[in-house]
Amino acid sequence: MTKVRIPTPLRPKTGGKSEVEVSASNISEMIEHLETSYPGIKERLCDETGEIRRFLNIYLNEEDIRFLEGKNTPLKDTDEVSIIPAIAGGR
Amino acid sequence: MAKMKSLVCRECGKEYPTKDIHVCELCFGPLEVKYDYDEIKTTISREKIEAGPKSLWRYIDLLPVEGQPTVGKYAGFTPLVRAHNLGAYLGIDELYIKNDCVNHPTLSFKDRVVAIALTRARELGFETVACASTGNLANSVAAHASSAGMKCYVFIPGDLEAAKVLGNLIYRPNVIEIEGTYDDVNRLCSEIAGERRWAFVNINVRPYYAEGSKTLAFETAEQLGWRAPDQVVVPMASGSLLTKIWKGLKEFEKLGLLDQVNTKVNGAQAEGCSPIATAYKNGRDFFKPVKPDTIAKSLAIGNPADGYYALKTVSESQGAMDSVTDDEVVEGIKLLAQTEGIFAETAGGVTIGVLRKLAKQGIIKKHDVTVAYITGNGLKTQEAVIDSVGRPIRIQPSLSHFTKKFELEEPA
Repeated sequence: MTKVRIPTPLRPKTGGKSEVEVSASNISEMIEHLETSYPGIKERLCDETGEIRRFLNIYLNEEDIRFLEGKNTPLKDTDEVSIIPAIAGGR
Repeated sequence: MAKMKSLVCRECGKEYPTKDIHVCELCFGPLEVKYDYDEIKTTISREKIEAGPKSLWRYIDLLPVEGQPTVGKYAGFTPLVRAHNLGAYLGIDELYIKNDCVNHPTLSFKDRVVAIALTRARELGFETVACASTGNLANSVAAHASSAGMKCYVFIPGDLEAAKVLGNLIYRPNVIEIEGTYDDVNRLCSEIAGERRWAFVNINVRPYYAEGSKTLAFETAEQLGWRAPDQVVVPMASGSLLTKIWKGLKEFEKLGLLDQVNTKVNGAQAEGCSPIATAYKNGRDFFKPVKPDTIAKSLAIGNPADGYYALKTVSESQGAMDSVTDDEVVEGIKLLAQTEGIFAETAGGVTIGVLRKLAKQGIIKKHDVTVAYITGNGLKTQEAVIDSVGRPIRIQPSLSHFTKKFELEEPA
């Protein structure tokens, strides 16, 4: 299972969990599986065209997926994914 | 009717009340002030502006405050210098330097954004102000907080120039030096801003703060005799200034204060921290954060908040971006000083360096009315040039020593 770190503003969607585990072969599939477990989370991650929201950064083991293969970036069970708002913190 | 309607998310368009918030809850995009331009159009005019105070507050109709200014009343309205000598050197007929080296009271363009941010912070009921800063912003927040009688915390990276550190301490705010880069400072401040009811000018008050930069465009247009320049060159740290200069010109156009605006907006970075210029060169609309390594510390933001919008602005206006090495930064500082008598800080060296490159490449042409934005004062970054300006000539206090030293002829 791939570990996915959830930022504070999205934790209401994961029942308060800061880290969840997902089995997925790539980032796209990871988002679909997250949506199955935590309905409503996809809308927060992706815009109406299905693209990942611009001010949300997704890192695979510390590397921004924009510099890998974007949504098609493959995932392994040992990977760690972090979802981080580009403009951090504040209220 | 109020001129401010709401805060609106630049990404998804969701609207919020005009409070101390800066990020969209839904999509994490940045919030921006939405104005009632129809209302503003009924009151604003060239004549009314010209009759206003000799400060940035002459443009109050387009600034995000509800009442009258209470902090930073004298900021802005700095000289637009016709640069004949530098223009001749670079082959540009009509070149101007917008000289914010002499902004009041702390000698950088940050006096503009802080005047707006603190006036707005007071309207929102804050008693404590704070900021994450590469130096100039901290100086300005500290000075204005002091005159406004507000409590103040400024957070700076641990490697700033001596004058920028001293330029905080003298006003006696709480100065917190972080062992890390500006990006580390910014991240910590974002966390603190979530915990405390403080007005962090560039975090939770950012939508108001950032609007202050528009006044650089307003002044330029007015000082050019109500014309928009053909080309502008703007230094980029977070990228916000560049986007706001474009926004300011477009607002004047929308309100009929300027005829068509065809200004090309060009962005300048230092090579040691050029995430935005690098993305531009690679034809990308997103950037890769970097670890800064440059003497242009005021521009050393590796993860620029408005980088995406800066790229968009440059592409929309058909401008360009470029970067210069630290040596070229020093050359740029000296070139401006030795042609126009203006001593800019390192960011100014970046701007002049890139201006020079763009002129050489023919991107800026001979007949283009061009404005370069000089945003800070050279006395604050002396470390950058101290080893390359030589020493005074030392002599005995005697006339013969003087004439001998300079090989002058004895006066008749």
